[in-house]
Amino acid sequence: MSGSTLLKETGPREVFCGLTSIVWLHRRMPDAFFLVVGSRTCAHLIQSAAGVMIFAEPRFGTAILEERDLAGLADAHEELDRVVKNLLKRRPEIRTLFLVGSCPSEVIKIDLSRAAERLNAQFNGQVTVLNYSGSGIETTFTQGEDGALKALVPLLPKSSENQLLLVGTLANAVEDRLKTIFKRLGLQKVESFPPRQSTELPAIGPGTKVLLAQPYLTDTARELKNRGAEILQAPFPLGIEGSKLWIEAAARAFNVDKGLVDSTLEPLVIRANKALKPYIDQLSGKKLFLLPESQLEIPLARFLSNECGMELIEVGVPYLNRELMKSELELLPSNTRIVEGQHVEKQLDRVREHHPDLVVCGMGLANPLEAEGISTKWSIEMVFSPIHGIDQASDLAELFARPLHRHDLLKEKTLEPTI
Amino acid sequence: MELTLWTYEGPPHIGAMRIATSMKGLHYVLHAPQGDTYADLLFTMIERRGTRPPVTYTTFQARDLGGDTAELVKGHISEAVERFKPEALLVGESCTAELIQDQPGSLAKGMGLNLPIISLELPAYSKKENWGASETFYQLIRGLLKDLAEDHTNEPQISWKEEGRRPRVNLLGPSLLGFRCRDDVLEIQKILGESGIDVNVIAPLGAAPSDLIRLPKADANVCLYPEIAESTCIWLERNFKIPFTKTIPIGVNATKEFLEELHKLLDLEPSSLINKENQSKMPWYSKSVDSNYLTGKRVFIFGDGTHALAAARIANEELGFKVIGIGTYSREMARKVRSAAKELGLEALITNDYLEVEEAIKNSAPELVLGTQMERHSAKRLGIPCAVISTPMHVQDVPARYSPQMGWEGANVIFDDWVHPLMMGLEEHLIGMFKHDFEFTDGHQSHLGHLGSHSKEDEALTKEINNSSNNQLGKSDSLHWTSDGKSELAKIPFFVRGKVRRNTEKYARDNGCKAIDGETMLDAKAHFGA
Repeated sequence: MSGSTLLKETGPREVFCGLTSIVWLHRRMPDAFFLVVGSRTCAHLIQSAAGVMIFAEPRFGTAILEERDLAGLADAHEELDRVVKNLLKRRPEIRTLFLVGSCPSEVIKIDLSRAAERLNAQFNGQVTVLNYSGSGIETTFTQGEDGALKALVPLLPKSSENQLLLVGTLANAVEDRLKTIFKRLGLQKVESFPPRQSTELPAIGPGTKVLLAQPYLTDTARELKNRGAEILQAPFPLGIEGSKLWIEAAARAFNVDKGLVDSTLEPLVIRANKALKPYIDQLSGKKLFLLPESQLEIPLARFLSNECGMELIEVGVPYLNRELMKSELELLPSNTRIVEGQHVEKQLDRVREHHPDLVVCGMGLANPLEAEGISTKWSIEMVFSPIHGIDQASDLAELFARPLHRHDLLKEKTLEPTI
Repeated sequence: MELTLWTYEGPPHIGAMRIATSMKGLHYVLHAPQGDTYADLLFTMIERRGTRPPVTYTTFQARDLGGDTAELVKGHISEAVERFKPEALLVGESCTAELIQDQPGSLAKGMGLNLPIISLELPAYSKKENWGASETFYQLIRGLLKDLAEDHTNEPQISWKEEGRRPRVNLLGPSLLGFRCRDDVLEIQKILGESGIDVNVIAPLGAAPSDLIRLPKADANVCLYPEIAESTCIWLERNFKIPFTKTIPIGVNATKEFLEELHKLLDLEPSSLINKENQSKMPWYSKSVDSNYLTGKRVFIFGDGTHALAAARIANEELGFKVIGIGTYSREMARKVRSAAKELGLEALITNDYLEVEEAIKNSAPELVLGTQMERHSAKRLGIPCAVISTPMHVQDVPARYSPQMGWEGANVIFDDWVHPLMMGLEEHLIGMFKHDFEFTDGHQSHLGHLGSHSKEDEALTKEINNSSNNQLGKSDSLHWTSDGKSELAKIPFFVRGKVRRNTEKYARDNGCKAIDGETMLDAKAHFGA
């Protein structure tokens, strides 16, 4: 392990809960529906985080608990059955229904696994009903995807065939690109989880080697391991270095000839370095502060520091899984200050004290920091943008260079007019 | 249990946040889990506020539930008071904390803090955002003024005339995440100033708790948004004998009526210097010949109670439209909207289900929809022009320019906002005239007719790319897109595809490359720096 300084902090936090993952999961699997069993707050949270408005009937919704549901849990189950029945009548194309637990449903202990079992028996094959928790008392932001994937693992068919399994939602175009590269390396069978259709689940077994494409899949990785798969140790595929090591980890696991790996990746790396160059000029020497939100903070910090020359003031993470982050932590510069957890007020005090050039933060904090003259980047953008892989390294860097460039363009310190 | 795909209103504690964030010197400790912090973005993103809402979330976690969450709450309260030094403190809970019953308000009151503490009980499982805002505003004012109210009961009312000063009023109800409140306040202030009426306090927007103490010094209250301020106005009337206005000054007629009502309440002679007829351009624009085509246009109205009612009146009386549907998501205003609907010979639609609203729009086939941002989307799907008249707020509803809904200028804004989505009269005439010429492109519907889906555009563009590439194939430089290249190009969003194609072909030509595939595209991308 590297010489990073690992600190813990507790206090008021400013992060999304796991329900937010629904925003990209429902797009990844268009035949799935995510039904949150929760409150009006849950419904309002998802629609606000999903970006303002819905352009069509969405594939997620909330069964909003009302006073009489709180009075008797038996009734709540009956009510849930009624809601699900109506929903499936309205949306017969739904193949997988996720019942998603929330803070209120966890506190009043509505047993959603029992509900899923009951509904599965009722709908007998028409639709598969699963459950997981996205509640904010147990999960943050991207952990919701971990929960959803973990719920899918028991459904994966068994197979001992040799294959590479990419785990974690990737943008479709990026995923195609990564698969193309693996094909060039001679890997015949490369599957993805989650799949693009909830019913086209990859098989899994002792021949499966897993590359995690996202750093927040602790529980899913454990379940896949229990099903016989091997989790390959590698940094995450962000930036040239991380992506190269990630691809090489798979190549090694499948005994791909080193010469072929080098000859395949080298031109990509040369090209990517060329594309990255102008952004290095913009980012190098600039001070970066990452507030905790998406769990992507450590790989991003590694890329921005090692490849783009940014100076890391502080790397905040909602939680730290040292095992999954092992390869990442080894690559970080020594003495990197990593803070697990959050006291948002104290953290913002530190931001002001160090006056970084760029802060990566949640949407709630961005404009207030901009108004103080500090450039920001929304962390939520990282989970929506195609940023993975060697070819995308320059695009990833551009995301961070743009606010700095803009800051220089608008030289006047711009303050919000008072009302 | 109610299936909700999208909701017009947030939970009631969002209403409380609207009050807290609108004001100065007030802090809100909200007992809530971490996910509830999303609410900050409503203010910092939608309203583009440059300051964080003055809210401390306790962000308790599952592991805290076994222990002492009450201690956790107290810790956050004292830390917030110490750090932010507010004049008054709101203490409440969101839906989850309501279930664990820590009673944060009572906890706060037992801490011996030297500032007014308002404990909020906002039932999250039965009430919604506007109710929460109204209740918070009421509880705050009652909390700060109730001692004063007791002393006040036997005092005789002294009129502004007896005191020898100009009459003064409070403007109550404007808040953040309310529709155009910032500009409405400016417009109403201007109009009142012309009538010689001073503004005592504007609240909650921009007021501090110390300003609220001065509320009883007003001669009348102007209730601008009943959803937020009506219960407060009733309480102030009962306890301080301050009458309040019932007319909402949206539209020319309502603005006139509002001024008459306020003058009567204040026992003030209307100034003969003000010519009310020419204050707004709307009456003349509506009368001008181009507006003939507006006659009888069928409109469907949906929004919060206040704005839906105002829209119906303007549509009916001032623009000569025909209202064919009206509804609201404000249950608290349902009665008023029902009776307005009845007068129009309609049945009001009272619902929180946007799909039900969309269905009603489809069935009534209007020519114009006046609704919320959600109806704007529904109308777009149905190919019907739409103007937004009400919350829930969207970043587009906080325009940079001055654009009130209330008063004379508000009427001008409304004329433009509602009429521009429709085809203008002369334009409609010309299109009718040239419709049968062969040059006329089908579907020409002024700037509105964006019904084409992206997939169609995509197809067209791909075809265009194929064609032009093939053309070049016939020319001297024999560039050729492989099927891999074409399919990679098709994945590029249509709005940058042309640029990517040009760059790639230039790169290929410069480097003597004949067949363009996905790799060439990436090479070119790296060469040109995206």
